[in-house]
Amino acid sequence: MIETLLAPLGYEFFVRALLAAALVGLVCAVVGSYMILRGLSYMGDAISHAAFPGVVAAYLVNGPFYLGAAVAAVLTALAIGWIGRRARLRSDTVIGVLFAGMFGLGVLMFSAIPTYVGDLFGFLFGDILGISVMDLVALAVLGGLVLLVVAALWKQFLYATFDPLGAGASGLRVVALDYLFLALIATTIVVSLQAVGIILVVAMLTTPAATAQLLTVRFGRLMALAAIVGIGTAIGGLYASYFLDVASGATIVVLQTLLFLAVLVFGPRTGLLARMRQPRAA
Amino acid sequence: MTGIPGADPSDEHRVQAGPGLPAYAPGHDRTLDHLAHHAAVVLQGVTAGYDERIALEDVSVAFPTGSLLAVFGPNGGGKSTMLKVIAGLLAPWQGTVSVLGAAPRVHARRVAYVPQAEQVDWDFPVTCWDVVAMGRYPSIGPFRGLRAIDREAVGSALEVVGMTDHARTQIGRLSGGQRRRVFLARALAAEPDLYLLDEPVTGVDPTTQEDLMAILVAEAGRGRTVIATTHDLAAAAEHFDQVLAVNRTVIAHGPSSLVLDEQVLARTYGGHLLVLGGSTVLLDDAHHHDESPRGEQHFHEGDPGAHR
Repeated sequence: MIETLLAPLGYEFFVRALLAAALVGLVCAVVGSYMILRGLSYMGDAISHAAFPGVVAAYLVNGPFYLGAAVAAVLTALAIGWIGRRARLRSDTVIGVLFAGMFGLGVLMFSAIPTYVGDLFGFLFGDILGISVMDLVALAVLGGLVLLVVAALWKQFLYATFDPLGAGASGLRVVALDYLFLALIATTIVVSLQAVGIILVVAMLTTPAATAQLLTVRFGRLMALAAIVGIGTAIGGLYASYFLDVASGATIVVLQTLLFLAVLVFGPRTGLLARMRQPRAA
Repeated sequence: MTGIPGADPSDEHRVQAGPGLPAYAPGHDRTLDHLAHHAAVVLQGVTAGYDERIALEDVSVAFPTGSLLAVFGPNGGGKSTMLKVIAGLLAPWQGTVSVLGAAPRVHARRVAYVPQAEQVDWDFPVTCWDVVAMGRYPSIGPFRGLRAIDREAVGSALEVVGMTDHARTQIGRLSGGQRRRVFLARALAAEPDLYLLDEPVTGVDPTTQEDLMAILVAEAGRGRTVIATTHDLAAAAEHFDQVLAVNRTVIAHGPSSLVLDEQVLARTYGGHLLVLGGSTVLLDDAHHHDESPRGEQHFHEGDPGAHR
């Protein structure tokens, strides 16, 4: 058993993938914990799709894809925030418009490339086994930056998420924190693109945090549990995909979803089974 | 308007607005200019609203330091808007606002604001302790957690409101009254000079109402200024020294015993008020509290007891 698990570690590309998976699992869980409480899951999905034209543009000019994805994702995130404040439209409406519009732009640019470009498919569905040393360094720097910002401002983010009015009145700059948080989501998505791909990255952000929320009523524990779930499922899913010879990003996401469903049914706090057995009085 | 309470006529010296203080247009009410230096909150010619809807129009009023003031009026009458303007959460369209001697938000850390209960996500994964600790967050630097002094403040605030035993309870599992206690504890933990409380005693049981009011009275006694909105006339009359009747603009302002007469009530609530054989009946259109506060009678159209 142990030998079977150690065997893939002989391959450098697998070790790099493992490190990347753990890092992505951690950063996504930390940012996702705030994201689900702010009701921004749909926003996360939109930002990731909006990164696609940036990735294609970077490919066309031979630039680093991180830069293209980051610019497109951050600009879209800020645009959603700004338009939501300005136009009198519900934010999910604005998200729907920009989400599809940006992804459509990406597909249009993609389809204009005459040759087959397998690399770009990697960004849609993830290609964690293809991560280079340079990619890993970039991941670590960007991921570390996100974690540093959260470590510095975790209290402010928590207060502004829970009670924006009370936080604003006590002097926190709530609007600036909102924009900063959107930028954090965008950066996290850029970090995760290679591992799980544009289409599935929203699951990395929401599912571990949602699973943790089923298990605890304290935010600190929620984030810690989400990190454990995120790192654990990323590593477990990567291994499973290696042995089953299936897509790694998809395996990680499916594993996370199964774990979420298992906790939903069997969990001690919100478990549906526990509730059926022991109907709690109000 | 019944004049500006707190203006001491014997106090002769007039202080001009200096640098750092909001500049008032010359020719405005000089009493208000003067009060800006002594009052906790001064609004002068304030008009405010949302999008194109005006909620407050041309409000000029001053609240002296140490006031225990109820802002009352009908729903949609601008009570909450006034609190938000004072808290710096909403910029007025016109007029000037002075809070603790400066523009709103300048002394934000000395201000504690408690929103209406409906505006809180009660499923949020925080315990009572966590919520009260948030009152301390603005004074703690980046990266740091609670210091010993913060834990002490949180613990004693929970004790004052009688929620020590529930410190580890998730907020959604509390009763309505307990929730109001916890939010008042958060305000207490911030050790503010100005409390801005949106409907702090609406829809809570009588014991909680008494307890919370006793705490607010004590805070006002220590020189802190307390401004609370309520549409509960009985609570306003019974517990607060000063009342401000608001319906889009200031209808009346003064000691509760003087202001709460039939005429003022009629002007505040418009057609929603009936006077029957000397007892005033409020035809309140508010439904958003769980139970009728004591002393407030509700009659609705179609109610068998409503006489028109």
